[in-house]
Amino acid sequence: MVRVVNKPFDKIDGLSLVKGKPLYTDDLCPANALTIKVLRSPHAFARIKNIDTTAAEKLPGVECILTYKNVHHKPFTRAGQCHPELSPYDKFFLDEYVRHVGDDVAIVAAVDEKTALEALKLVQVEYEVLKPVLDFETAEDNPIQVHPEDDIFCHMPVGFDPKHNVACRVNLASGDVESVLEDCEVVITRTYKTQPQAQAMMETQRAFAYLDSYRRLVIVASTQIPFHARRILATALDIPVSRIRVIKPRIGGGFGAKQTVNAELYPALVTLKTGKPSKIVYTRSEVFNATTTRHAMKFTITLGAMRDGKIRAIDVKALSNTGAYGEHAETTLGAAGKKVLPLYNKAEAVRYQGTAVYTNMVPGGALRGFGVTQGTYALESAVNELAAELGMDPTVVREINMIKKDETTPLLNITTKGWGTEPMYMDSCMLEYCVKRGKELIKWDEKYPRRQISPTKVRGLGMAIAQQGSGLPNIDMAAATIKLNEDGFFNLLIGATDLGTGADTVMAQIAAETLGVDLEQIVVYSSDTDATPFDTGAYASSTTYTTGNAVIEAALKMKEEIIKTGALYFNTTPEKIIFDGKYIIYTDNHEKISLSEFSKKITYNLLHTQLSTSGSFVPKKQAPPYMAGFAEVEVDLETGKAEVVEFIGIVDCGTPINPKLARIQTEGGIVKGIGFALYEEVRYSPNGKLVTDNFMDYKIPTRRDIGKITVEFAPSYENTGPYGAKSIGEVVVNTVAPAIMDAIYNACGVRIRELPATPEKIWRALNC
Amino acid sequence: MQVNLKINGREHIVDVPPDEFLLTTLRRLGYLGTRQGCDTSTCGVCTVHVDGKAVLSCTILTCRLDGHEITTIEGVEKEAEIIGKYLVAEGVEQCGYCSPGLIMSILYLEKCVQNPADTTDEEILHYLNGNLCRCSGYEGQLRAIKKYLEVKYGAGSK
Repeated sequence: MVRVVNKPFDKIDGLSLVKGKPLYTDDLCPANALTIKVLRSPHAFARIKNIDTTAAEKLPGVECILTYKNVHHKPFTRAGQCHPELSPYDKFFLDEYVRHVGDDVAIVAAVDEKTALEALKLVQVEYEVLKPVLDFETAEDNPIQVHPEDDIFCHMPVGFDPKHNVACRVNLASGDVESVLEDCEVVITRTYKTQPQAQAMMETQRAFAYLDSYRRLVIVASTQIPFHARRILATALDIPVSRIRVIKPRIGGGFGAKQTVNAELYPALVTLKTGKPSKIVYTRSEVFNATTTRHAMKFTITLGAMRDGKIRAIDVKALSNTGAYGEHAETTLGAAGKKVLPLYNKAEAVRYQGTAVYTNMVPGGALRGFGVTQGTYALESAVNELAAELGMDPTVVREINMIKKDETTPLLNITTKGWGTEPMYMDSCMLEYCVKRGKELIKWDEKYPRRQISPTKVRGLGMAIAQQGSGLPNIDMAAATIKLNEDGFFNLLIGATDLGTGADTVMAQIAAETLGVDLEQIVVYSSDTDATPFDTGAYASSTTYTTGNAVIEAALKMKEEIIKTGALYFNTTPEKIIFDGKYIIYTDNHEKISLSEFSKKITYNLLHTQLSTSGSFVPKKQAPPYMAGFAEVEVDLETGKAEVVEFIGIVDCGTPINPKLARIQTEGGIVKGIGFALYEEVRYSPNGKLVTDNFMDYKIPTRRDIGKITVEFAPSYENTGPYGAKSIGEVVVNTVAPAIMDAIYNACGVRIRELPATPEKIWRALNC
Repeated sequence: MQVNLKINGREHIVDVPPDEFLLTTLRRLGYLGTRQGCDTSTCGVCTVHVDGKAVLSCTILTCRLDGHEITTIEGVEKEAEIIGKYLVAEGVEQCGYCSPGLIMSILYLEKCVQNPADTTDEEILHYLNGNLCRCSGYEGQLRAIKKYLEVKYGAGSK
């Protein structure tokens, strides 16, 4: 029986957050910090012919101005991932070339914001404006090279070919697609496109830096990846990792935006150059123009099937727009195949061929779902179209073809680093349950495919399935340290990064459960590269699964230490000692001492020892969470507006360590998916300027835009997970767009193959 | 220019440039619970009360507030704790960055609706629609706010 996990505890930091306590990066910045502003390119592609900072430097209060002329030239990647990175080293601190509107041209640090902004205006830049690459579908054959410089490279063999604007290629295959397709009774080919969605966390990127008493560089940043940030900053600044400390305080959301080092670079450099504390707070416009987005992707999918609904072959050609820099290009493109195709494990042949190309647009990066969202939208839409072609119920097509409990596919061997040739069974997969339960809850059999509500309004139903990962096998590593203090409470030190998701609380629950103590006895400190052990960071849906397992290991070791030290205390052997969470008990004579008393004694009076243990964990096996999503959508035939009436998500995340927080993850993920599906339109001007660079033009869902959301969890237990847990954070986004698109089709016969499904697109399809 | 502000009951005489927004002034004075979200008065994160009315501090000029009363989240600590507990109980504070702005809007809603005991979902959506949240998905916030109003004003909330 569990006591603390699988219970809806409040977030341990919750009340401080809601009361507006000063806990975020900008709240903690010293008042005397220099304010940094970045001069950004107005051109999509240009060479800086001349840059004159003389007038700006003369402005009183200006402390430092940096351009490519006085900053070292060394390529690096801003992508937060393990070393050696799969992302190319294609970014410089500042460069002679600017490769997208919003790219950095000069850094100004001044005594206050007003002076810094004034100085920006005084920096004179003469550009040689170059013709940009603004269509990713023609980027590969375009004579214009986004990266003409010859000192960029990639550590890993990912097909990096900047001469053809190719950042990377991903190819994987199992079986002979061509010959199986020839034998299929029904073959359909469809093309889908996704837009470069924005993460749109409420707190923009920001960071401040100072030199500590040892003259080490301390960076306090709103980041998802403090340890990767430390390494990336060391590379970029060309100083040893040992000279840098990165601290993440409370942060106002990330969703992948803060898995790329961006704002941190500027204060790090300015403080190193000036010796003075400095800070930068991004404007919302900077977030849109100068950070990253979800990679825009295009998929052409061919499905081969038999008339009875059996899918025999899947062939995917994928093209991804990585924009001006190749951050997370390979990993998102790979995930769009690797974490999508295993859903259909009955297919005899599967092929995935992907290319990510450079353009002169805002760089692609990480966004919750990380390629899987794009890939799932495409494949699940194709499967829904196949069902329509076959005249079959799409839930029946899933029943026949989807992966089920204890099944496997060779794709899992191909895509899991270090696994080998043994079949990898998905022994906790509850997709079958998820589909069945979702059908019941949305009253599928009653409502599918459509109901006419009024002469102009029709409601349709649609569904989709999805998976994600739980950390990255043989890549991610997380560690935890537990320390016993006098009075019997524990410090739990973790490198993991709570983005507001409640990871600190979830880790405390796991520690308390394992140690047999109350949640209040665990004091969490996280995300400080000097004080906490290593963790790859908050991405790839890894924290609950990967860090959770590390916490269990550290806690088990701590129990062992308490028992060993208890044996010394009672002058006996460890086998005769029991620790029940409250007391250390000598079983021979039932003598006992409370943990509180014991910890005091071993600190001050007897033994004089500090008990401290560490555990670390690297996933070996894939433990994908699964989800089935069902949408009921109402389409207004007069205006083309589609609105979600209800969305039902049935999630298999193994054991939800904190069911309340898991539910909110799911509700939030579904709403992000609704935005992706219906509202979040991205537009560029003809010369490559992002037009939708504010919350007035870029419309994230408000509380009126969501309909009714119902979430349930499948009864599931993953043997390799902490207390049976898998991940939750990302899988919850993936089913939404394909389910909504099929619901729109079922309502009014319109197939939207390019997101988002705006009223205009639907209206035109109905009327033109 | 010099401006007299009464913030959370305390008089401040501040010297501000004419183009400074209230958000900047408040943060400069140490009222750090009020935060920047969008810069374009679209997200509601920076919501405070001016003379009892909910306003967006990121786009209101400080120099126009001479002699006015401003209330920030720090000025309603007790109320914030009560409402906050309902948000936390549903897990919908999440990153917490937008919570102070949301709470300021909830307090304004309570003032504006004729009978808080009969607050409808529609009224909640009306008063809070300008408070964006990218974490929670809103559903849980609606559950939390309804519970709060029910407990505070009786079981009439629908």
